[in-house]
Amino acid sequence: MSHRLSGNEAVAYAMKQINPDVMGAFPITPSTEIPEYFADYVANGEVNTEYVAVESEHSSMSVCIAAQAAGARSVCATSSCGLALMYELLYVAASCRLPITLACVNRALSGPININHDYSDSMGARDSGWIQIYAENNQEAYDNFLMAMPIGETPNVRLPVMACMDGFITSHAVENIELLETDAVRRFIGEYNPEHYLLKKENPLAVGPYDISPYYMEHKVLEAEAMKAAKARILEVAAAFEKISGRHYGLFEEYRMEDAELALVLMGSTAGTAKAAIDKLREDGVKAGLVKIRVFRPFPGEELARALAGTRAVAVMDKSEGFSANGGPLFAETCGALYGLKERPHLIDIVYGLGGRDVRVEDIEKVFGRLANIAATGETGPVYVHMGQRSREEIA
Amino acid sequence: MATNDMVEIRWHGRGGQGAKMACLLLADVAGLEGKFVQGFPEYGPERMGAPITAYNRISEKRCSIHSNIYYPDYVVVVDETLLDSVDVTGGLKEGGAIIINTPSSPQEMRPRLGGWAGKVCTIDARRISEEFLGRNLPNTPMLAAAVKVSGVLETGRFLDNIEESFKHKFAAKPQLIEGNMATLKKSMEEVQIG
Repeated sequence: MSHRLSGNEAVAYAMKQINPDVMGAFPITPSTEIPEYFADYVANGEVNTEYVAVESEHSSMSVCIAAQAAGARSVCATSSCGLALMYELLYVAASCRLPITLACVNRALSGPININHDYSDSMGARDSGWIQIYAENNQEAYDNFLMAMPIGETPNVRLPVMACMDGFITSHAVENIELLETDAVRRFIGEYNPEHYLLKKENPLAVGPYDISPYYMEHKVLEAEAMKAAKARILEVAAAFEKISGRHYGLFEEYRMEDAELALVLMGSTAGTAKAAIDKLREDGVKAGLVKIRVFRPFPGEELARALAGTRAVAVMDKSEGFSANGGPLFAETCGALYGLKERPHLIDIVYGLGGRDVRVEDIEKVFGRLANIAATGETGPVYVHMGQRSREEIA
Repeated sequence: MATNDMVEIRWHGRGGQGAKMACLLLADVAGLEGKFVQGFPEYGPERMGAPITAYNRISEKRCSIHSNIYYPDYVVVVDETLLDSVDVTGGLKEGGAIIINTPSSPQEMRPRLGGWAGKVCTIDARRISEEFLGRNLPNTPMLAAAVKVSGVLETGRFLDNIEESFKHKFAAKPQLIEGNMATLKKSMEEVQIG
């Protein structure tokens, strides 16, 4: 079915097609429309979800945790400070191995308070044990949300999934989209039949009790193993999804990387703008390419190293600062991934677009200009820079 | 960075006037006609009366660019008072046009456009909407004017498709369909091109 929907509409519609058991609902810009649209579906009797309107995000995630622990499928949506208010519970959800699905509509964290897009919210939650999948546009936001449950609920994974999209840029932009038939979605998602749950009378269990030192570490290692296992499961689910949708997904997308000498590593909607820049540069004979990270947790380090092995200069573009004084979070991961290569490309980090600062095709072309210069001279220059600041000499 | 087969439109309005709604409606109807579309607002602190911007890309192939539009083919100004505070013609392409909600004529408006030498179009969206919708709802007339002036969609088919869209949108208030359709048609007739 061809439609025109915003990213928020698309995810709300995916939720409707899934018909989850429980939604923990609390509004925050720019994710507010998701529980709003979903409330309509509930009111109209189009889903039979238990819609629990709560007083904070701490509570919406608590609702999801309680429901999922009881054996129900639960969803919620949030952004920015809402995600921050959930932090304690994010770790609880992951360590209790509860495959909740969260639509994270990325927005800059305060302060200063700002409603526009960057990844400071979900990047802060990157070590919480949640799988994180990022979308370039409304289509991917919809598709990723549909793939989340088959990934998270599989027995050797059993982890919650954060399906992320760019606030406003994707969440509020109406674009063409292909929707699946609801029957096909329901067959694809299947029933949720967890092996253990709170209300199973044959085998009652406690969820989330104190874990003493002789056991805690074993549990954390199991969680780490689950995150490693998620990588293969993500690819299996993508292959099954391709069969019903015709759309291909991997851990990341390689765009014109076959013979690329200069490459970008980035995520989200900027990838679309970068593709237009790369097409232009390719016409001029520049061997430019892009790796768009789709799955940030688990991080596809070995695969990324293989994808970048033939390049000469790479710019990681981080749309969150991180304050490590050593580059942004995507840069840190990419550095780690490339360390094992015998011949490594030159690597720089460009922090950009914070708080919704726009990035244009021309900005991406400038980054490639810098990479071409590095490849030609062999001089990396400043490794960690901020692009697009007012009243500052442009380095990138 | 529009190519020849892409039309880019920038909307200037004030919070509450429906510029975003008109922008999204245009995207929806163009999509219904088989075009690839983008319709998106640019938000600041949201409040009634604050200047807002919204954008449309309408093309034959899917556009992957997700930046704002800096070199539009057409600019739609939903509130005349913005001319004093916003550089509405900034980046407007030479062969393009600016469409302004005003009772004044294109000749009267031109001196207020900072040397813009291209096409100037005007429409009294307030009067038309008050006549047919009973309220000052300038976005519907401006949408009609934008379609007429830009030629991005064939006007007859546009009217047919938007009527379908209204039937869904106003399913609970069918009395609004007639007024909106009359507003669109009247606006297409009345827009002055100078």
